[in-house]
Amino acid sequence: MLSKRIIACLDVRNGSVVKGIHFKGLRVAGDPAELSRRYNRDGIDEIVILDVTATIEKRKALADTIHAVASEIFLPLCVGGGIKDEGHADAAIEAGADKVSLNTAAMAHPDLLTTLARRYGSQAVVVAIDAKRVHSGFQTYVRSGQQATNRDAVEWAREAADRGAGEILLTSIDRDGTKSGFDCELTATVSEAVSIPVIASGGAGTFDHFVDVFTVGQAHAALAASIFHYDEHAVSDLKQHLHKHDIPVRLSC
Amino acid sequence: MIALLDYGAGNLTSVRKALTYLGATFETPTVGENLANVDAIIVPGVGNFNATTALDNHWRRHIANVVAHGSPLLGICLGLQWLFDGSDEAPNVAGFGAMTGRCHLIKQEDDDTSVSGPFKVPHVGWNSLHRKRDSWVLDGVAEGDQVYFTHSYAAPVTEDCVGSTHYGVEFASVVERDHMVGVQFHPEKSGDIGLRILKNFLNRVGS
Repeated sequence: MLSKRIIACLDVRNGSVVKGIHFKGLRVAGDPAELSRRYNRDGIDEIVILDVTATIEKRKALADTIHAVASEIFLPLCVGGGIKDEGHADAAIEAGADKVSLNTAAMAHPDLLTTLARRYGSQAVVVAIDAKRVHSGFQTYVRSGQQATNRDAVEWAREAADRGAGEILLTSIDRDGTKSGFDCELTATVSEAVSIPVIASGGAGTFDHFVDVFTVGQAHAALAASIFHYDEHAVSDLKQHLHKHDIPVRLSC
Repeated sequence: MIALLDYGAGNLTSVRKALTYLGATFETPTVGENLANVDAIIVPGVGNFNATTALDNHWRRHIANVVAHGSPLLGICLGLQWLFDGSDEAPNVAGFGAMTGRCHLIKQEDDDTSVSGPFKVPHVGWNSLHRKRDSWVLDGVAEGDQVYFTHSYAAPVTEDCVGSTHYGVEFASVVERDHMVGVQFHPEKSGDIGLRILKNFLNRVGS
């Protein structure tokens, strides 16, 4: 049975892991390679390295950080933030990323999804969609959640999948950093609209929030950051909790 | 010396890092003649089956020669599919043909209960291995151990299948015929279980 994936997000800035609250007020929380080793021991299924400031400060994800993590952690590794063109994607993949996550650049140049899917395969192309609730549905935001677009998130998800994206990393701006639970309605709506896996992000605060997003939200994977950063056994404890709720997960040996 | 074939199907960085981590010595040959003195061959690859056309008759002749001399061969992902006769993904492209059968697009059977939530293709994520029979490449791997997949086409369960996986259908996730093996998943991305499988292959190369 295909397991539901638990993904740890390392929000990296200047080589250190930070976590924002509503994308602002960054706090330092550790060394990326050290955190990755700890997560690997605890049974994490995948790691996302996100340079949260890259788009704003015109900085691409640090190849050194990617290389350090990929040289000793043999898990799927996705890198996002500041990937604007093929060159940035090439650099991340050459450094050891298995997937690149595109957000602002994909919206500005949707052809980039197709180009990268042709070069590396759709499995290497993740489209990151930051969505915010509006009266008519879910609006897509770019530039680290700071700039509204006129695109509906569900419609954009469909287009991105058609253009070659292999997964959708779907973040609820309303829930991000609040620890009040994933936006299950948003996640389920997108998951039902596309034929590719959806990774839910934003709002993880308790283990039951993950149960909800895998059942009600129909997510294939769930991503979190701060819930894992400060507790040594959070990942294995979470997986035991999901297992007890009959949700298929990969349990550590 | 192990030959890691780079025929333009995906990026090899992860495989290189895993082999380096395990202490293996490898090189990437540029012409088939480079295979004359290698101890083993690894055929990696992600992407469309059409990419395997780069492994033309010139390469096939040299690869077949290495295999005929008893040197181990490991196909990873697309590399496993290539060991078969062909794939529906690129119907006019012939596989290596070492194993009988064709690869098909993954689809969900009506009575299948192995999928929770909407059925998606590609098959992406961690899934279980089911042991079909004794296997040297799966030494130390337990029934139900999970590995990381990302693929849309899959090989049939035949007499060469030593490990299978369920996703919509049952497919061959590990094939083995004597010293020739293939894995549909990515051992270089499958944590400790994946490293164990690569180590088993490297041990076979050394023996």
